Amino acid sequence: MRILSLAGRRLAASLPSLVIILIGVFLLLQLAPGDAVDALIAQMGGGGDAAAMRAALGLDQSVAAQLAQYLWRLVRFDLGFSTIYGKPVATVIFERLPATLLLMTASLSFAFFFGLLFGVIAARRVNSWPDTVISTLGLLFYATPSFWFGLMAIVLFAVHLQWLPAGGYESIGDGLTGLARVLDIAMHFVLPTLTLGLIFLAIYLRIMRASMLEVLTLDFVRTARAKGLDETRVVIRHVLRNAMLPMVTLIGLQAGTMLGGSVVVESVFSLPGLGRLAYEAVVQRDLNTLLGIVFISALLVILVNFLVDLVYARLDPRIAGR
Amino acid sequence: MDLSRRAAMLTSAAIAASVNFPEAALAQETPRRGGTMTVHFATEQRILNPSLQASTGVYIVGGKIQEPLVDLNAQGVPSPCLATAWESTPDGKTITFRLRQGVTWHDGRPFTSADVQFTAMEMWKKILNYGTALQQFLEAVETPDAHTAVFKYSQPMPLNLLLRALPDLGYISAKHVYEGTDIRQNPANTAPMGTGPFKFVQYERGQFIIAERNPNYWRENLPYLDRVVWRVITDRSAAAAQMEAGQILYSPFSSLALADLTRLGRDPRFEVTTRGNEGNARTNTLEFNQRNPILADLRVRRALAHALNIPFFIENFLGDYAKLGTGPIPSTSADFYPTGMPQYGFDRAAANRLLDEAGHRRGAGGVRFTLRLNPAPWGEDIALFTTFIQQSLQEVGVRVEVVRLDAAGFLRTVYNDHNFDLATGWHQYRNDPAVSTTVWYRSGSPRGAPWTNQFGVTDAELDTIIDSAATELDPVRRKARYADFVRRANTELMLWMPIEQIFLSAFSRRLRNHANTPRWGSSSWHDLWLAN
Repeated sequence: MRILSLAGRRLAASLPSLVIILIGVFLLLQLAPGDAVDALIAQMGGGGDAAAMRAALGLDQSVAAQLAQYLWRLVRFDLGFSTIYGKPVATVIFERLPATLLLMTASLSFAFFFGLLFGVIAARRVNSWPDTVISTLGLLFYATPSFWFGLMAIVLFAVHLQWLPAGGYESIGDGLTGLARVLDIAMHFVLPTLTLGLIFLAIYLRIMRASMLEVLTLDFVRTARAKGLDETRVVIRHVLRNAMLPMVTLIGLQAGTMLGGSVVVESVFSLPGLGRLAYEAVVQRDLNTLLGIVFISALLVILVNFLVDLVYARLDPRIAGR
Repeated sequence: MDLSRRAAMLTSAAIAASVNFPEAALAQETPRRGGTMTVHFATEQRILNPSLQASTGVYIVGGKIQEPLVDLNAQGVPSPCLATAWESTPDGKTITFRLRQGVTWHDGRPFTSADVQFTAMEMWKKILNYGTALQQFLEAVETPDAHTAVFKYSQPMPLNLLLRALPDLGYISAKHVYEGTDIRQNPANTAPMGTGPFKFVQYERGQFIIAERNPNYWRENLPYLDRVVWRVITDRSAAAAQMEAGQILYSPFSSLALADLTRLGRDPRFEVTTRGNEGNARTNTLEFNQRNPILADLRVRRALAHALNIPFFIENFLGDYAKLGTGPIPSTSADFYPTGMPQYGFDRAAANRLLDEAGHRRGAGGVRFTLRLNPAPWGEDIALFTTFIQQSLQEVGVRVEVVRLDAAGFLRTVYNDHNFDLATGWHQYRNDPAVSTTVWYRSGSPRGAPWTNQFGVTDAELDTIIDSAATELDPVRRKARYADFVRRANTELMLWMPIEQIFLSAFSRRLRNHANTPRWGSSSWHDLWLAN
């Protein structure tokens, strides 16, 4: 229960920052020259009555009035209407959410699991050849821009080997259902997951390695060994559990970063996710959609951090006790 | 000059390709029925109904589902589509269209003159970009019977102008879908319903659009294809990779990077060509803001034009798909292209002399004055041209600061705020100067209307020429008026259009009957088929 109240307090504290972020984004986008109608006319290639379009979208009102209207709508859980898509923002976002959630969950799990595994191996064999190989690869993954990695993966696996699809969310118009569809989507997500996951894997690997090395030198490990426990039990029961704490913290932090990083990966792999939607919204000056995405992403990050708090308390009972 | 080599190879590959695959050989094949055409769709659209929005992004989808009254045939001549015949009264104020009989909408209802009347009065005249200008003198559309539509104009409307405009600005929507609704917000705008060879099925935002064969199409036994799928791919490199992986068969309107087009053009599985885009000619522009007193001086504008070595730029950066431009009407316009107009060839000495004469002596560091240049963010060629302008003008002592903005920012800054000295982008020519071109020069454009005269120019003589040409009924005199227009425009040099280009398409070699009209990317694809 203590942990719930802690999380609840965290949640309450994040609400004001959410409002500040929304107002900030709103005002920032006002600074960019041009509005949704300019973007629309750019798409049309000219002609058309800009003043009438502006009036129809409510863009002829003052910035303060538009902001007030937006916040008032938000209080009533109405995200407004998207000017580029001609649909309610909530609908647009929920259409895009599955791809992003799938990509984020898959990449985070991939990065976390292999980061942990390789981190442990590297720490156990510190300064020997497995450590060198793993650390070098990690550095390489970290330094490689994700768009380049993604494009190279497409060239190799989709264009030359033809093992995996080059992009998209699923096969179009094949009418797949059930398990076949799940497999089809999974195939489409292999390359994007690797692309987005590898950078994060490199970070997890470094953190895990460092954290393991630190914990391995602590007194309680020496005690455990002195008790006569075999090395595997020492690593799993004593070292791993303590070394995992920074890793879990990192997940909470990276949930937000990943939304940003997914813009590139979603573009390269033509995935209909939130990242690309956010980019489109900025380019098209679609304020409602952009603010809706910021709002939903903020909720997502708050949720992930809430879950991280729970896991944290489970791993280290002292935290809930405080 | 790596780019020049690439461009040269691209060209030679295309020439070689046309030798290896002569059209005659293709014509002997028997068309195969069935198959799915997959298309690269680079920018998503808010509207897919071409009676409401005129742009290639809309035609690439909506043009398969809806049809215009008049289309262009392989020779580029207006030819029947939903209208089978037309005639004009001698005063040019009444134009009668006979409509095709036995045509049904995709929902089974018959297509009638009421649909034409509704679309013309409520969509073309009130909402459609370029349509509102074209149809501003349209007073009524009379429907004496279900298959006749009589257009009544308050000013003479040249029949040739209307016919050349209708392939783009003459798409018909169903009255029974739109009547009594808010047309701008109608759900059919993104789920279009028409009379065309393909029926709209599904639009998944960010992913794809699907249309299927219309089994009741009025052209019997057509179309050949079962289905068309447009795949939304915003990243250029990713689109090229998907083309190579066989996931898309056609990338229209220069949507791939120049380097990728070069590479695909060398690959025997693909064809890279301007063919099928002759009706989509564009010119690169150099726009002068004449509110700036320096640029208000004609000698300065002429000097800047003389300072650009355009043949060098084309040869080294654009290859054979671009050519030297001569003014606002491109040479692809057989009906209106005038020859012998005033030109501004590369002449650095003349540029220096004109700038000296205008009183702009070189100051510290050899700089005469500084200008801001706003490039439009469409197309790689504009980015290249921007750098080229900057470097060329430096040679004659003009310092150029480049201000890069995205689409919305560019339009707002240049065409609404007029906060620029020089701008560069595209002018897209739409078959008749009255549709697309004279608005760049005619004074009196409302502030903020992009691609209109926002350069601070007013020239009474030019305005007179433009107005009289737009209502001139005699084709020969009309052509002469547009020659006057170009002569005056080039002499006064309100803006300069020094490069002509045609959009490039990348095709899979499996396609047949493709690129066979001057606006093929926008056309209905009823005769397109796929070889195995």
